[in-house]
Amino acid sequence: MTLRGLGRGISIGKRCFSSFTEVEKPPMDGKPINLFSAINQALHIALETDPRAYVFGEDVGFGGVFRCTTGLADRFGRNRVFNTPLCEQGIAGFAIGLAAMGNRAIAEIQFADYIYPAFDQIVNEAAKFRYRSGNQFNCGGLTIRSPYGAVGHGGHYHSQSPEAFFCHVPGLKVVIPRSPRQAKGLLLACIRDSNPVVFFEPKWLYRLAVEEVPEHDYMLPLSQAEVIRQGSDITLVGWGAQLSVLEHACDEVAKDGISCELIDLRTLIPWDKETVEASVRKTGRLLVSHEAPVTGGFGAEISASIAERCFLRLEAPVARICGLDTPFPLVYEPFYMPTKNKVLDAIKATVNY
Amino acid sequence: MAVSRLASSTSTVSKLLLRPLSAPPFSRSFSEAAAGDDQTVLTIETSVPFTGHKIDPPSRSVEATPKELFSFFRDMAVMRRMEIAADSLYKAKLIRGFCHLYDGQEAVAVGMEAAITKRDCIITAYRDHCIFLGRGGKLVEAFSELMGRRTGCSKGKGGSMHFYKKEAGFYGGHGIVGAQVPLGCGLAFAQKYSKDETVTFALYGDGAANQGQLFEALNISALWDLPVILVCENNHYGMGTAEWRASKSPAYYKRGDYVPGLKVDGMDVLAVKQACKFAKEHALKNGPIILEMDTYRYHGHSMSDPGSTYRTRDEISGIRQERDPIERVRKLILTHEIASASELKDIEKEIRKKVDEAIAQAKESPMPDPSEIFSDVYVKGYGTEVFGADRKEVKAVLP
Repeated sequence: MTLRGLGRGISIGKRCFSSFTEVEKPPMDGKPINLFSAINQALHIALETDPRAYVFGEDVGFGGVFRCTTGLADRFGRNRVFNTPLCEQGIAGFAIGLAAMGNRAIAEIQFADYIYPAFDQIVNEAAKFRYRSGNQFNCGGLTIRSPYGAVGHGGHYHSQSPEAFFCHVPGLKVVIPRSPRQAKGLLLACIRDSNPVVFFEPKWLYRLAVEEVPEHDYMLPLSQAEVIRQGSDITLVGWGAQLSVLEHACDEVAKDGISCELIDLRTLIPWDKETVEASVRKTGRLLVSHEAPVTGGFGAEISASIAERCFLRLEAPVARICGLDTPFPLVYEPFYMPTKNKVLDAIKATVNY
Repeated sequence: MAVSRLASSTSTVSKLLLRPLSAPPFSRSFSEAAAGDDQTVLTIETSVPFTGHKIDPPSRSVEATPKELFSFFRDMAVMRRMEIAADSLYKAKLIRGFCHLYDGQEAVAVGMEAAITKRDCIITAYRDHCIFLGRGGKLVEAFSELMGRRTGCSKGKGGSMHFYKKEAGFYGGHGIVGAQVPLGCGLAFAQKYSKDETVTFALYGDGAANQGQLFEALNISALWDLPVILVCENNHYGMGTAEWRASKSPAYYKRGDYVPGLKVDGMDVLAVKQACKFAKEHALKNGPIILEMDTYRYHGHSMSDPGSTYRTRDEISGIRQERDPIERVRKLILTHEIASASELKDIEKEIRKKVDEAIAQAKESPMPDPSEIFSDVYVKGYGTEVFGADRKEVKAVLP
């Protein structure tokens, strides 16, 4: 079934939200680099390949507080890579306007915790632009990048995971990479996607995660989850930095003979329901894990959708291992976080239900 | 460009700094033994005259007693010592998270306190350690909070950026830049209702001056004649961005447009006191006023910022030499013979000892109880259920 009448043949079917249908597996060769370098490479390529791409935000000119934008201003000039004053609402609104004129606006919000003044612009202006103008206008060239998530000592305002707020907004895409190679490909795909995208980067991994990343231009598909590990007893779903916690849990629980299937959701909306459903049909059990507080977190959406689709197949209730329902604490961070041990306990409880 | 502008202002300032000290007719203290004499009132000129926007600035002759000058010296020395100690504690990893130090800006905190009462409210952003002390906070409470201990002013749950003191009208301690200004205007609104002749000082920085919410709050305050004083602590750098790169108009005292403003030398505690006194009187009669405190921070934005990549070491040491708030008061005290140099040195030693004691005491204090993670999310007795890692394992009822 296609809806060609509404411009460009949007087909409703499997995996219809990806920006392209060819899935190229990037070659394994590449230099080992960390997350901020991978993002830096992606931004260099984005600005190189599109003369109407701009990168801006607070302090991006000298390279940014996490060095993701190093070298961009020197290479592409201050007219394309520039600092903004301290005003998130202004940055977002300005980016939407720039994108509405057909440019690729890559705005940075310095920490996801500061994104709330821009929330109105993103939700009310960016997400609904194409819809309310009957497709006359759109801000598809908009990409908002923001470091999110715990970093060990960030406290209330440098550790938040606000992805769930944005997942509630039709018209936006929310993408979260788990590693440098993923980040580069996903970020390039987001920048070139013709919908506004919010791209959250796990700040804990900026220096910690090192992976071999190909140097050329490549994209990874959006709205496609990736099965990182095959398993048969339980499906674990996560995104961002939480995946490494889940991976460690998988390894440990394998010693007890429990085989876990690990899925990286990658795009949170529109999310790849088919892959997760197929996996749960295989294993019969699901565990979702994220850093954001459990109540109303995106795990709730996954849980409800899978319960709808796989009710009779489920052997146990869907488990959610998430942050506690408190503001992100300062000294209590180790208690708050969905740690490996909490995940282990839940896996065992679910498997032995 | 900021460097040269600053250099020219410091050289003019340094010229003016010498003026009051070489003009004996202005002060009466030479004729009387000043130490311990509470009746003497000294008239001292501020380093630079005030500049007004849509308002007649107050006189630059400030009255102060020797006792007051002494207390200024002491209070600022305590603040300075506390911040330096916090620096070492942070490097020793006893303080974690973010730590934004105020050394260099002490005159603003101390001068403001001298002009107001504890029933007036102060609200500020995250560079709040010294304002907390100024409001009557104890060193032990400050260090405990920094180290995340139970005896901290926010029970160890806030950290460096979230100091509060309800009894003294200190509304904290806020992480999101600019968000405290509309809050401050709200406090002033409540004060206007209560008719108790109190005001609110809402502090923000030059970085926050470009936040939209500030102008929204300013408009509302002006419309409703709220007794709020917006104080821009202009230390010329928003994190690493110099003011001229972030603001079209770095004359923050003029940014209120229809709201009058005053530019004050924020390194001169007497100027700050005079300006705050003037502002309080104005706000109670006529509504909001903006004070721009021209000040400087010696440390970087936070402990993660060396503070030298966007400004020269010469600039920092220049300000330290020419405009340091504590040195200025020391010179005044020495010139007016209120105390001798060695007495002042003794005080500084005593302060150092006090600070060390407070740190030792704070270190002894225990971490908050793990159950406290759930307390104060909602009001006590709400009884709502929260789930932790796994519904079956961690289920708590919020106290």
